[in-house]
Order: sequence, then C-alpha cells, then structure tokens
Amino acid sequence: MLRRLFKDFQGDVLAIPGRLIALIFFLFLFILPLITQEPYTLRILILANVFVIFAVSWDFISGYTGQINFGHALFFGVAAYSTALLGKHLGLQPWVTIPIGAIVAVGAGMLMCLPALRLRGPYLSLVTLAFPLILLGVIKAFPDFTGGEHGISGLPALSDSRVVEYYIALPIMIVSVFIMWKLTDAKSALVRTGIILHAIREDEIAARASGINTIRYKMFAFAVGGFFAGIAGGLYAHFLRIAGPSSLDMMLSFQAIIWTVFGGIVSIYGAVVGVYILYPLMEFLRVIPELRILIFAVIVIVILLFMPEGIAVWIRDKIERECPRCKLTNVAWRRTCRACGASLY
Amino acid sequence: MIQGFIIQMLVTGGIYAMLAVGFALIFGVARMINLAHTSFLMLAAYGMFYSTYRLGLDIIPAIAISLVGTTFIGVVSYKLLIDRIREHQVTVMLVTIALAIVFQECMLLAFAAHFREAPLLVEGFVEIAGVRITNEQLLTLAVVLVVLIGIWALLSKTKLGIAIRATAQDTEIANLMGISVSRILLITMGMATALAAVAGIVVAPLWVVFPYMWSNPLVTVMAIVVLGGLGSVKGSLIGAFIISFVQTAVVFFLPGGAFLNTAFALLVMVIILVVRPEGLFGVVFEEERL
Repeated sequence: MLRRLFKDFQGDVLAIPGRLIALIFFLFLFILPLITQEPYTLRILILANVFVIFAVSWDFISGYTGQINFGHALFFGVAAYSTALLGKHLGLQPWVTIPIGAIVAVGAGMLMCLPALRLRGPYLSLVTLAFPLILLGVIKAFPDFTGGEHGISGLPALSDSRVVEYYIALPIMIVSVFIMWKLTDAKSALVRTGIILHAIREDEIAARASGINTIRYKMFAFAVGGFFAGIAGGLYAHFLRIAGPSSLDMMLSFQAIIWTVFGGIVSIYGAVVGVYILYPLMEFLRVIPELRILIFAVIVIVILLFMPEGIAVWIRDKIERECPRCKLTNVAWRRTCRACGASLY
Repeated sequence: MIQGFIIQMLVTGGIYAMLAVGFALIFGVARMINLAHTSFLMLAAYGMFYSTYRLGLDIIPAIAISLVGTTFIGVVSYKLLIDRIREHQVTVMLVTIALAIVFQECMLLAFAAHFREAPLLVEGFVEIAGVRITNEQLLTLAVVLVVLIGIWALLSKTKLGIAIRATAQDTEIANLMGISVSRILLITMGMATALAAVAGIVVAPLWVVFPYMWSNPLVTVMAIVVLGGLGSVKGSLIGAFIISFVQTAVVFFLPGGAFLNTAFALLVMVIILVVRPEGLFGVVFEEERL
C-alpha cells in the first residue's frame, strides 16, 4: 500500500518538473517562518496567499469557462463586508464569519448569473463589471450602515501572532488551490467537471449538443469561484481588520485579471505564479513610491508582449513536453516517453 | 431648472457620444476592447492645460498640438504594442489597461495629483428662453454635431469608410478584396483616438483635469456601447443620450445622487441587456471564423 502510494507519487509528481517545482515551493512556504519571522515579510506573504485564492478563483470562472468576468471584486467585497458586519454587530469569531461571508458571496454570484449567463463574450464582461460598481454606489450612498468611504474597521484579528496567521492563511490557500485545480483537471478520472468546463470554453454549442447543461455548469463555476473569492475576501477583511470600499474597486477586479493573465490563463498554477511574482514586486517597489505603479505596468506590458500566453505557461512549455502518442507529460530533455517509449521528437 | 437639465444632458450626452463612437469603431473593426480609450481623453485634456498655461500658446495651436499629439501617441502605441498580440483577446485587454495606467502615472509624475483646469475656449453666455447658456456649452454642442456628422459622412460616403465597414463585417473577405486590413486597423485606431482627443479638448474647461479622470468615463462609455449594441455606431449614439439622461436626472433630482449616478447608469444597462441580450441595435454575430 505504502509502496504503491510512493510509486504513484514518483510517477505523478517527481517525474513532472512543473509539479516538482510546485511541491518544493509549497514545502518552502511551510518552513519559511523557521528562516525569518520578520512581521513585514510574513504580512506580504499572507496577503499574497489571500490574493492567490482570489486570482485562482478568477481563473476558475473566467479562464475555464471563457466567461471573462470583469467584476470579480464583487465576491471579494461582498464577503469582506458581510464578514465585517457579522463580526462587528454580532461579535462572531472569524472562523464563523468567513464561511458565512463566502456563502453570501455565492449568493451574490448567483444573483449576478441571472442576467450574466444570458449574455456572451464582451457583453458578459461588461455586465459583470457593473455589479461591484453598483454596489459601491449603494455603499457610498448609505454611509450610516456601511461606513461609507472609511469602511468598517475594528474587526477581530485572525490571531494575535503573525506566525499563526501565516499558518492559517497558507493551508487555506493550498487546499483551495488544490480543490480548484482538481475540479478543472481535464485528465482526471474522478471528477468530470474539468473536461466539461474545457468543452464549454472551446465550443459551447457543441457542448450543449453533446447533452451538457452548459448553464448549470457555468453557474457551478460561478458558485465555486465565488465561494473561494469570498473566502479570500473574508480572510482579507479579518487580516487587515477593515472592510472598505477599496475591496469592491474596479482596479481589484483588474488586478485579478492582471495576475492571472501574467502567470498564464487557464492553468490555475499560472495565477499562483502571477501573484507570487507581482505582489511581492509591488511591495518591493515601495522603495521608489512615485515610479512604483509605472514600473509595474511597464513590466506587465513587456512580459505580455513577449509571452502573450503568460510567464508560467511559457516556462512550462520550455521544461515539459507531452508525449505525442500517450499524452503523458514528460521532462523536456527526455528523448523518449517515460511510459510508452515513443520518440518525443 | 428643466432647461438647465436639458442643456446639461445634451452636453454630457454629446461628449459621451464622441467617446462611445470611437470605442465602438475600434471594437467593431479590430474586435478589441480598448480599455485605454478614455485615457486618450485625459491626455488631450492635459495637452490643453500644458500648452495654454505652461507654454503660453493661444487656443488654436494648443488644440492642434493636443489633437495631433494624442492621435500620434494612440497610433504609435497601437503599432508597437497591440498589433503583435491581436489574437490573444484577454491579453489585449490587459495591455490596454496597463497602457492606461502608464499614461496615468506619467501624468502624475509630470503634473502631480492636483486638480487642473484649462482656459475656456470661448467666453460669455447667451440667454435663451430665460436660461443662461455659456458659449462654451454651445460650442461643445456644435463641435459634437460637426464631428459626428463628419464621422457619419466618412463612414457612409467615402471609399475609406466603406473599407472600414467591410473590415468590420468580415476581416478575411475584406483582405481578399484587396483592402489592406492592417492599414485600415491603423486608420481606425487613429480615428478613434482623435475622437477621444476632441472629447478631451472640449471637456478640458468643463471637467476637472486630473490623472484619474479616465476611469469613470471608461465605465460609462462601456455601459453605453454595450447597451447600444457592441460595434454599432448608431446604437452607441442613442445609448450615449440614454445614459446621459439617466445620469443627469439622478444628479439633479436625487439626494446623494452624485454617488449613485454611475450605479444607476449601470443598472439601466443591466436591465436593457436582460431584455435584449445583444443591446439595442446590436447584431447577433455569427460564430467568428477561426
């Protein structure tokens, strides 16, 4: 039994460089507090973890079903505000409010689906863009209940110690990313959602002709993506101890798209790579505050000009190669496939 | 009050119409959502501010400089950046938003985050039926009218216009008929930027000029274009006046309306799209050939 597990592990993780890198990276994140406990570094990493969940959930909705969602901040903001209101008025603890916030975000997502799923392409993008901005207008128009421009502050923190907060955010991030990755894995024999979502993106009419209820699967994508984005929003609110209008901002929605497309859309790990490169970079650039956003935008443009599919996909294509016969992923420097022996050239 | 409301509505509607027509043109021809569109308005407005107050130029050369300069920036950035990644639609959107941020940051560096204004293009006011209308507003309306009629004439009467519409209908067939698609795309981009620049020149004295002034009009313009039907010039014209009517009405008649005007405009867009998923005048595109 153990030996079989080890064999599977060897074949499915160690033999594929991309997964090996991911494994080493996550292990490194786990032992990082042993190396440094500097609060500022940990703070950046915690926020990066939160944004990884956020960006990956965008990729789940938009990359996989092709419904480019411009209003992803809706889920984030709705969850942040509902956790904040619950925590403030009912005095509930974070581990209660965050899941409730995520469920409220799913509700908001379903509401958004009603008009959005009747539309296609750019129409859908722009309708989804509208929702967080409508909500933002409402929040600013009723400052008594929502705190207006200043938001709701003074929430209970996740924990008193930074290290504990880090170890709360990290496993949540890894589990969320793993679940979403598994749900979108087109080769998986266990869950069929992956291949169905791929089919919807490639050709919705053909998918419907094959007997797939595409509306139901798109709603499913919105629900799952909204749930995880909601978790990210709740974590964010409790970590910063404030839920403000910036969590519904148009720029936040675009940030999710920037991170994901920078890393590589339709890949899940692309979003992870994008956040872990761009978010710390943004923080690092604080040494030159007036040029910070300019440099950021220029880097994004330059990278996308040369790797329009995203940086992670570009790297993956350099180090991995798919066997033309059995579709198994191989290291790029092998001459023959590790399973069937077919030539890789 | 009601006259003031109508004038205000016509002026904002006209400005939005110019922006929306440019946005619709570039979407229709190149199938790209140009999120940097309103940042050209911001650039032109800064061009007016800079060339009149800082360089001390007269109005006419200032207009020429901002118009030509902005159009040049638009065409060059299209040629250098967007042209090579046109197949990747999401990437194009991302590059254009990054471009808008680049422009915004450059203006922040050059002029800081102060609220600026440009001098009035014309002084004085006239009184019609008991309300004062500044000449500036009248001039804006006149400019809008002239520009829109010009665009309409160009698109429907000239050879270039026919080539542009042919490219919008079917890029491949247009190419086969001997139309140089890449040149048409470049010209369309130039026209769209020039429209945004004209809008920027006329709003420079009316709105406050500051580096973040592009983001609110961008949302409004996208709402207009979508509710009119993407790529339809007529639809975006009518949409512009619907949205400006809603926004002005909200600001005039609702307490706290200034916060809610974008929200209401977007709500109208959502409602229209629920009733007509392809917008008011949108054509349902056939599946695009790959």
